[in-house]
Amino acid sequence: MRLVVDLNRCQGYAQCAFLAPDVFAMHGDESLLYNPEADPAQREDVMRAVAACPVQAILLEITDEDMANMVAPDAVAGAGSPSGGAR
Amino acid sequence: MTSTGTHDGSLERLKREGRIVVVGASLAGLRAAETMREKGFAGSLTMIGDEPYEPYDRPPLSKQVLLGNAVADHTALPRRRAIEAEWRLGVPATGLDMAARRVELGNGDAVEYDRLLIATGVRARPWPNAEEGALKGVFVLRTRDDGEGLQRALAAGPRRVLVIGAGFTGSEIASACRERGLDVTVAERGDAPLVGALGGVIGAVAAEMHRENGVDLRTGVMVTSLEGDPSGRVRAAHFSDGSTVEADVVVVSLGAQRNTEWLSGSGLGAGPRGIACDAGCRAFDIRGIVTDDIYVAGDVARSPHALFGYQFLSLEHWGNAVAQADTAAHNMLSASADRRPHLWVPAFWSSQFGVNIKSVGVPPMGTEILITQGSLAERRFAAAYGYQGRLIAAVTFDNCRWLPFYEQQIEATAPFPPPFSTVDRRPEGSKPLPADFPDPSVPTHGPTITLSGYSPADRKMTFTPGR
Ligand SMILES: Cc1cc2nc3c(=O)[nH]c(=O)nc-3n(C[C@H](O)[C@H](O)[C@H](O)COP(=O)(O)OP(=O)(O)OC[C@H]3O[C@@H](n4cnc5c(N)ncnc54)[C@H](O)[C@@H]3O)c2cc1C
Ligand code: SF4
Repeated sequence: MRLVVDLNRCQGYAQCAFLAPDVFAMHGDESLLYNPEADPAQREDVMRAVAACPVQAILLEITDEDMANMVAPDAVAGAGSPSGGAR
Repeated sequence: MTSTGTHDGSLERLKREGRIVVVGASLAGLRAAETMREKGFAGSLTMIGDEPYEPYDRPPLSKQVLLGNAVADHTALPRRRAIEAEWRLGVPATGLDMAARRVELGNGDAVEYDRLLIATGVRARPWPNAEEGALKGVFVLRTRDDGEGLQRALAAGPRRVLVIGAGFTGSEIASACRERGLDVTVAERGDAPLVGALGGVIGAVAAEMHRENGVDLRTGVMVTSLEGDPSGRVRAAHFSDGSTVEADVVVVSLGAQRNTEWLSGSGLGAGPRGIACDAGCRAFDIRGIVTDDIYVAGDVARSPHALFGYQFLSLEHWGNAVAQADTAAHNMLSASADRRPHLWVPAFWSSQFGVNIKSVGVPPMGTEILITQGSLAERRFAAAYGYQGRLIAAVTFDNCRWLPFYEQQIEATAPFPPPFSTVDRRPEGSKPLPADFPDPSVPTHGPTITLSGYSPADRKMTFTPGR
């Protein structure tokens, strides 16, 4: 599960760090650090963080591999769409 | 989006069965490719990149990765959509034949195009002495491999790290070292960290931040040579003031060089300052004539901006790469009347010593600065830059929620000093100070915005037309 945060847009509201603390963390008062390749087990939390970000700064992609490892049948949400990797 | 304006149908044909080649398979290249597919481009798309990896994100390399919070090879960029491209990775483009519309590759292949996008970015400026630069323990930081190597060297617990150059990247590296409890010396030729990007007033704040966090900051000095031990490992650096620093890891952070050498002799207007293009991302040839099939985006581009006196701006900003790629891709597939200018207001962020630094506009154009909110001493403030009575840029330290406000003011060409008064007390007073940028003819490390146009105020040029 790949993600990137547009830190120009991010205003440090920390919603994501609250909802998915294993992936997002505040560093100081308003800098955000995140793991760009989150564990598929964090999917639910990360998707909640994506939805809760007030400035929609988080871009998430659920890869085919993540899908294969997934147990929950929920449809893919968020900004991501499946893709093949590079050849 | 629109399919009008195609009187001869050639645009429709391009969209249906054209060949688009992107050179530089990183942030700008990927985002452009996604936009092209979004706009219905159904032809063949070739992504050429000299790195062996699919597009990945660089900003975490000097932050999360060095802190040990993320792994360098886990920074692949998420995709907004599938792009169904033919990937040519690990092979550089080595030449361009504009007449034949062909890109030549390092392995002898050639790829023909109807539209070409150049997004080859920049690379780290290497240590000027190649032999010294090749010593074990000497690093630059631009690529995933660099990030991984440096993170490993830091994890091994060196006795001292020397960072040469205190631009944004150098400062972030020093900050990460301190967080890992490593001793670090920073050597900067200028009077303070970040002076090239933000000027002397803010540079003084940055210098305090380094020192308070235990960085051994040396300003106004140059590293003159690196010394290795018999096994070829770096062990010390010699400074212009006669001093010596012992270090087993040295990070050369002296800014960037544009990846344009592969275009030399092609006839495209490409050189050490980047590739000149018009506001619509169309590259100029060496005669100053705009091409119609070659586009440029990202760190390698330099383009004129109406808000900043039509100066040509070279930006080393993540957000610019994304926005310019989007505009270039749109224009590549549009009739001339439907094209858009790239008029993104420059914006940048950095994170060091736990402080969130952000800027909008073009600080190096500013001649004056005013602390508009908060205070320098508390390291929580907003500062506005003025140029000829206009607000031209702003920077915030741990005050980012105000930035969109300043961005609007810059776009509205608001006056400077700003006429509004704020509620918070301002120990610095409300008088602008000189912004104190170094002489632009003296290069600094990593300004991240370079004004690279001809200023009519300069009367140094002589015009010698060829025959
Ligand atoms: C350590 C680090 C930290 C950063 N932090 C920030 C930050 O905090 N905020 C911010 O706004 N920006 C930051 N940036 C800048 C940001 O990463 C860049 O602006 C962005 O990567 C530019 O994207 P690009 O696609 O134009 O160029 P690049 O990312 O440089 O990509 C160009 C690609 O083209 C390839 N290439 C070059 N020549 C050829 C050739 N002849 N043939 C084929 N391929 C070629 C290169 O190898 C590279 O993969 C940082 C950069 C670095 C290195
Ligand atoms: S929720 Fe959004 S704005 Fe808030 S810290 Fe996370 S990414 Fe930034």
